[in-house]
Amino acid sequence: MATEKGTASLKPAKGPVALLIGTRKGAFILRGDRARRTWKLSHPQFLGQIVHHVVLDPRDRRTMLMAARTGHLGPTVFRSTDQGKTWKEAKTPPAFPKAPDGQTGRVVDHVFWLTPGHASEPNAWYAGTSPQGLFRSDDGGVTWKPFSYINDDPQYREWMGTVQDGTPDGPKLHSIIVDPRDPRHLYFGMSGGGVHESVDGGKTFTTLLEGLDVVEGFDRSTPTVHDPHCVRLCPGNPDRLYQQNHCGIYRIDRPSKQWLRIGNNMPKRIGDVGFPMVVHPRDPETAWVFPMDGTGVWPRVSPGGKPAVYRTRNAGQTWARLNKNFPKSQAWWTVKRQAMTADAHEPVGLYFGTTSGEVWASRTGGANWTCLARHLPEIYSVEAAEL
Amino acid sequence: MTVHIPSALRSYTGQKSEVEAEGRTVAEILSELDRRYPGLRFRIITEQDTIRAHIRIFVNDKQIQSLSATLRSDDHIHIVCALSGG
Repeated sequence: MATEKGTASLKPAKGPVALLIGTRKGAFILRGDRARRTWKLSHPQFLGQIVHHVVLDPRDRRTMLMAARTGHLGPTVFRSTDQGKTWKEAKTPPAFPKAPDGQTGRVVDHVFWLTPGHASEPNAWYAGTSPQGLFRSDDGGVTWKPFSYINDDPQYREWMGTVQDGTPDGPKLHSIIVDPRDPRHLYFGMSGGGVHESVDGGKTFTTLLEGLDVVEGFDRSTPTVHDPHCVRLCPGNPDRLYQQNHCGIYRIDRPSKQWLRIGNNMPKRIGDVGFPMVVHPRDPETAWVFPMDGTGVWPRVSPGGKPAVYRTRNAGQTWARLNKNFPKSQAWWTVKRQAMTADAHEPVGLYFGTTSGEVWASRTGGANWTCLARHLPEIYSVEAAEL
Repeated sequence: MTVHIPSALRSYTGQKSEVEAEGRTVAEILSELDRRYPGLRFRIITEQDTIRAHIRIFVNDKQIQSLSATLRSDDHIHIVCALSGG
């Protein structure tokens, strides 16, 4: 857990790591040893279910939640209390309130994002949905209720926009962040709808948009047109956040409200468009991104078919290309926003899953890479769990 | 009456493809099924009490649009997973 300002209490992890993988056709667990050299892939769990996120509760290291639906069946949350060996369904999954007669209510299409609550609230979890909704559970994911006022607030509903304002498979509420120093201090992102912050436990939220670019021709003062793809808070300095946005890579150092476009320091031929954002578990100067092609019709694949991770060690002033052992050409990957993550070991392990079903890992902070698995379904999320 | 359960929902019914239930309306039948098989209803009916996009419910051979559709004791109900996938 972070101290007030520094990183002194953030000790490197030493235990085995498991990768929790959500895919378009089920969930997988890739279990590694302490050295992170040997990995064993589980059989698929909930084969055929569309799994957007699988997350281990770091507070007990036993509870896992899984956000799932199928092509036919509605959204739900599955819950395990034995590290994924057995699962039970939530009694009341996230759902919007029933609208009064004569009015049209919203329907949760899928649960997209799961975030464990603060360490002082051991059974609390947050969920973000498509269309955008914010939900909370106070019993470890068994029952869920709408959280805060934003789901039904006219202003927020306007900022959330319509289905046409969101990502192709529906607008999403994501990047739910709990400040490790204060359970009342929350952030979330909406695609589209911008970045929002609460300092009073969700009673009120304010926008956090200054400095963020928007697509040319739109008014940047309108939250609807802002599209944060992934926002991460640095455990080593919870006043620092990094963001991969539809329009660039950013950093903010609170209490400033001004995002700084550190993606301007990326190579021009690569650009600074992508989905995931990964922060170092201890060093707030270090972060990683996985750029994609955002030119022309937005192919959303590795620029030039040559995948690479980019790393900064100075908070975005400079970036280094990391692609050792990646294909040198004809690799048209995309890595989605929840599909890249870091463990807490030293050196840090990095992991990502591709839209083509490969899982790649680096035990050296990105210096070199190994493919751990191939031929999985399209990967939506990868989380590194310290078991 | 008999309710025919599609394969996608049989994890809820202990792999039974048919179950017996009693109710005056489709809504009552679904409530009864959810009481016996918790979670089943929300996978096919939204929080706004509408049938989900790729689910169809037939009473005998007639597709129903409303959960208030009335039933007779000898009706057969088919829950069908309609086209979706890829």
